[in-house]
Order: sequence, then C-alpha cells, then structure tokens
Amino acid sequence: MASVGECPAPVPVKDKKLLEVKLGELPSWILMRDFSPSGIFGAFQRGYYRYYNKYINVKKGSISGITMVLACYVLFSYSFSYKHLNTYHLAFLTSEHERLRKYH
Amino acid sequence: MNENLFASFIAPTILGLPAAVLTILFPPLLIPTSKYLINNRLITTQQWLIKLTSKQMMTMHNTKGRTWSLMLVSLIIFIATTNLLGLLPHSFTPTTQLSMNLAMAIPLWAGTVIMGFRSKIKNALAHFLPQGTPTPLIPMLVIIETISLLIQPMALAVRLTANITAGHLLMHLIGSATLAMSTINLPSTLIIFTILILLTILEIAVALIQAYVFTLLVSLYLHDNT
Repeated sequence: MASVGECPAPVPVKDKKLLEVKLGELPSWILMRDFSPSGIFGAFQRGYYRYYNKYINVKKGSISGITMVLACYVLFSYSFSYKHLNTYHLAFLTSEHERLRKYH
Repeated sequence: MNENLFASFIAPTILGLPAAVLTILFPPLLIPTSKYLINNRLITTQQWLIKLTSKQMMTMHNTKGRTWSLMLVSLIIFIATTNLLGLLPHSFTPTTQLSMNLAMAIPLWAGTVIMGFRSKIKNALAHFLPQGTPTPLIPMLVIIETISLLIQPMALAVRLTANITAGHLLMHLIGSATLAMSTINLPSTLIIFTILILLTILEIAVALIQAYVFTLLVSLYLHDNT
C-alpha cells in the first residue's frame, strides 16, 4: 500500500547524485557522465561555486575559507615534489625525507 | 647538495607537459569578481586594496596614460599574488623563471616605447639626450642613453627573477641549517630559527615590493612616453 510521501516513478540513474547511486549501478553511472570538454569545465565550475557559496560568499566569512584552499594547494604541491624529495643525493647530505625516515 | 638546492626551481611537469601553466592559473581562483555593490568580506577587502593601489599608481598619468590602468593593476595583482603564494612550503613560484619575467617585461616595455615613438616622436627622441650637456660629450651620451634604454626590459626581468630566487634560496639554506643544527647545539638553533623568522618576514615584504617596483617602473616608462 503506497503511503502519501512515496514516489511511484523511478528516477533514471543518470540524474541521481553520487550519494544516491547504489553500488551496483556505479559503473553505469560513471559511464553516463558527460566527459566532453564543456562537461568537464561545467563540473569544475559547479565545484568551484559549491565551495565558494558555502565558505566565502556568506555574510560573515572567516579566514578559513581561504586557508583551506591554501592548505590544499600546499598538499597538492607536496604530492608533486614527493618523488623528488625521496631520491637520495649525496652521502653527507641526504634529502629531508631520508633524514626523517631514518628514525622510523 | 647543489642539485638539491636548486631542485625546487625546476618547472613541474606532468608526463612532460608543463604543469607550471596550472600554477600560473591558480591565483585568479583566489580573486573572485562580483556584480553586486555589497559583497562578502573577501571581495570587499580585495576591492578596497585594488582601489588603494590603483589610485596611488595612476594619479601621475595623463588621460592617455590612464588607459593603461587595467594592464598595470592586473600586473601588480598577478606578481604580488604569485610571489606570496610562492612563500608557501613546497609550492612553485613562476616568477623565479626568467622566461616568464622576460615574457612580461619585454612586451610591456616595447609597448611604452612604441607608443612614445608613434605619438610624439620628437619628445621620444629627446629622451636620448639629457638637458644641459656640454657639446663635446653629446655623441657618447647618446650612445649611453640608447644602451640604458635598451637594457630596461632586461633589467626589469632579471631584477624580479634574481630577487625572488635569492630569497627562496636563502630560506632553503637557513632552513636546512636550522634542521642540521637542531641535533648538535640547541641555543644556536634558536638563533638560527630567529633568523629564519626574520627572513620570512623579509620575504613577504620582498614579494610585495618586487611587484610594486615592476609595475612602478613600467608606469614610469609609460609616463615618459605619453
């Protein structure tokens, strides 16, 4: 017996948000996403405005709106230079990573 | 140790493609635009700063020089944000690459010179000879003034590159010196750490000052030629 709030017609997989997609439907959901250049640009734009409207475009925005972005930037740059920091250069002056790892 | 020291200045690449482009495209994300009169705090502070600097910079120009105000203000914002972001750990500063600074300096300088030569050719040529020079000295002085004119873009680019690179290098060196001394002798570590803190404050100042100097010189060249 259908209650008052129940939706009888099923929503197509393509239009569901990620958290509403069931696990078995995940591959078909990924394949149905728009991967054209304008689609990817639209995804970046949506992500940017989602962050912007949540943390910065508020009445009393704090400094954490920007510092979160900068912290992510630092982590991103660190991941870029990870490979280089881990190489071993000279006998008497090891890279910062080697020196910190020596004590583990 | 030499390669380790200069390694942070290598332009980052992803599979051979320049990721430095991404690093250059990142600062505009921190400067939003708005179509409203009353905005959030970020945009309000940025607009206040931009108004302050643009008024300070563009008062000395005439009407024709003020057509360059968009170019100069965006230049100072770009250099300042890029330099300040480069002070974060592990980040890449595009202004340490001479290629980028040359690409910024040469077109701007050439633009001012060509503008001067197109509009008021007599005035532009008159810059080559300062007033009141004794007659025998004139040929030599013209040569010297020409050389000093042609060296302006090089000086602009190399000044910015050298200042930022030297600052980053000093911070690397003193930082690794602090780390090395921490196991040996603690009081000297504190001294070196104080030096590091002072150096960081200096670097913040240098980042802003270099942006200002670059833009100021371009606007001076513009003032000479309008």
